[in-house]
Amino acid sequence: MPQTRDAAALHQAHDVDYAVTAHKVSKNYGDVEALKDLSLEFPRGQLTTLLGPSGCGKTTLLKIIAGLLAPNSGEIQVDRKTVTGPGPDRAFVFQDFALLPWASVIRNVAFGLELRGVAKSEREGIAEKYIQDVGLGGFENSFPHELSGGMRQRVGLARALAVDARVLLMDEPFSAVDEQTRRKFQEDLLSLVQHENKTFIFVTHSIEEAVYVSDQIAILLPRPSRVSEIIRPSGFRNRGSENIRRDPEYLDIVDRIWSSLRSYVE
Amino acid sequence: MTVFGRRLPGMSSLILWGLLWEVVGRLGVTFFIPPLSEVLVTLFATIGTPAFTKALSETAYAFTMGVTSAIVIGVPVGILMGKNRLLDELLLPWVNIFLSAPLTALVPVLMVLFGFGMKSIIITTTLFAIWIIILNSRAGVMQINRSLIEMAHSFGASPIDAFVKIYFWAALPEILGGVRIGVIRAVKGVIIGQLLISIVGFGALFELYSANFLMSHFWAVLIVLFALAFTISEFLAFLERRVAYYAAKR
Ligand SMILES: Nc1ncnc2c1ncn2[C@@H]1O[C@H](COP(=O)(O)OP(=O)(O)OP(=O)(O)O)[C@@H](O)[C@H]1O
Ligand SMILES: [Mg+2]
Repeated sequence: MPQTRDAAALHQAHDVDYAVTAHKVSKNYGDVEALKDLSLEFPRGQLTTLLGPSGCGKTTLLKIIAGLLAPNSGEIQVDRKTVTGPGPDRAFVFQDFALLPWASVIRNVAFGLELRGVAKSEREGIAEKYIQDVGLGGFENSFPHELSGGMRQRVGLARALAVDARVLLMDEPFSAVDEQTRRKFQEDLLSLVQHENKTFIFVTHSIEEAVYVSDQIAILLPRPSRVSEIIRPSGFRNRGSENIRRDPEYLDIVDRIWSSLRSYVE
Repeated sequence: MTVFGRRLPGMSSLILWGLLWEVVGRLGVTFFIPPLSEVLVTLFATIGTPAFTKALSETAYAFTMGVTSAIVIGVPVGILMGKNRLLDELLLPWVNIFLSAPLTALVPVLMVLFGFGMKSIIITTTLFAIWIIILNSRAGVMQINRSLIEMAHSFGASPIDAFVKIYFWAALPEILGGVRIGVIRAVKGVIIGQLLISIVGFGALFELYSANFLMSHFWAVLIVLFALAFTISEFLAFLERRVAYYAAKR
């Protein structure tokens, strides 16, 4: 894939600004080595996807970046400051949405701000804006159990956006929604990356999804878990979201990732 | 319950049992069971008397104090046990022992420790109610969805915030269930306390009526007690239904 490699070289030459860096991160769960000396850089304002077979440590890495887990060795830096715990510079979007089932949509969206001590009227004003942005206007006073899976994840996304963190961590955010909704989410995510100046770290199992939404794809392989390859799809990014899936480069990259991952799938 | 395809209102079976009671009472099978109608007449005659109101207020006071302390102590202890492995290992055996222990046997010990007054009665009531409240609060916390906790943590929740805004609410359906059963046990506790420790309140009335073979008085007080316990328990069941919409979806 010459054009992707060139693109990568180009980026290197320009000395891109990294929002998040992982330096030789290792994490063990008892005897299980989940991550070993993993190093990876996440360019600012771009979307990086962690892709790899089940159990290779994607969630573990994401939680370490979020500050929810401490690494056994190595360090994560966000804006050149070492991560020691959760912080207002990062927000998490959960695979199972993690909404408060006893709270209305607006309180859920405002919950991050509530924990930060923002006054009620102010945080509800902010929440209201993001509820409109994710297309849930009119559902402010509904409860999570009254919403579809896709709508619930919009609430989870609005909550993460409402705290205005510079880094958004998303662990398989679309895996619990139906295929049509998922495609819509992917398009929305692309425009989000374009319009919000945030760094996205995204985990998915879907190769197509990874190639569709990512500026950079880090392929993780298990035992020992490390980054085996970094791919930067770049050629089709500005050709419009509706054309991506027919782009020859898109199809090539999907094929190439599949051939490197297929040996890990029994 | 449905009879001949028609739904009967709840508690209709009580009418049947009431009728049976009346019949058995009229037949004069035993002095122990006077007719229900006679009991009801006695009930309305006694309910306004100073002796009765005094008994009611004494019992209500001990009951309220006992249940309140059981909740105020039991719920946080249960939640902390659910959160903290070490605390759980330390306390769980004791909670289980006291849950199934014959607490009545402990009452004399309480009398030695806390005297023959209201204090001992309140503590007895608390002891009857608290264990199931602890156990249920603990169970409520243990089933909580891990990602809710991670969510709160990732948005910077302090331990107090997590306790008040996540753990308590997530465990609320189980807590209310525990409080409901605890309250029913507390009714037992307060009467046993009043019978064994100092003869006051409803305990005194029971003692008085049964010693003098005033059976319709005895049953009248029992019915009042049952009605009070039933009302409180139904009120808690109503609260439980209020949170049921999320109990299944945590
Ligand atoms: N709490 C834990 N205790 C013990 N082992 C764990 C724990 N969490 C994860 N692991 C192990 O660490 C490894 C990496 O787990 P992780 O959840 O990060 O993988 P993943 O890439 O997110 O997988 P998936 O794609 O299935 O979500 C796995 O082998 C898993 O069994
Ligand atoms: Mg995972």
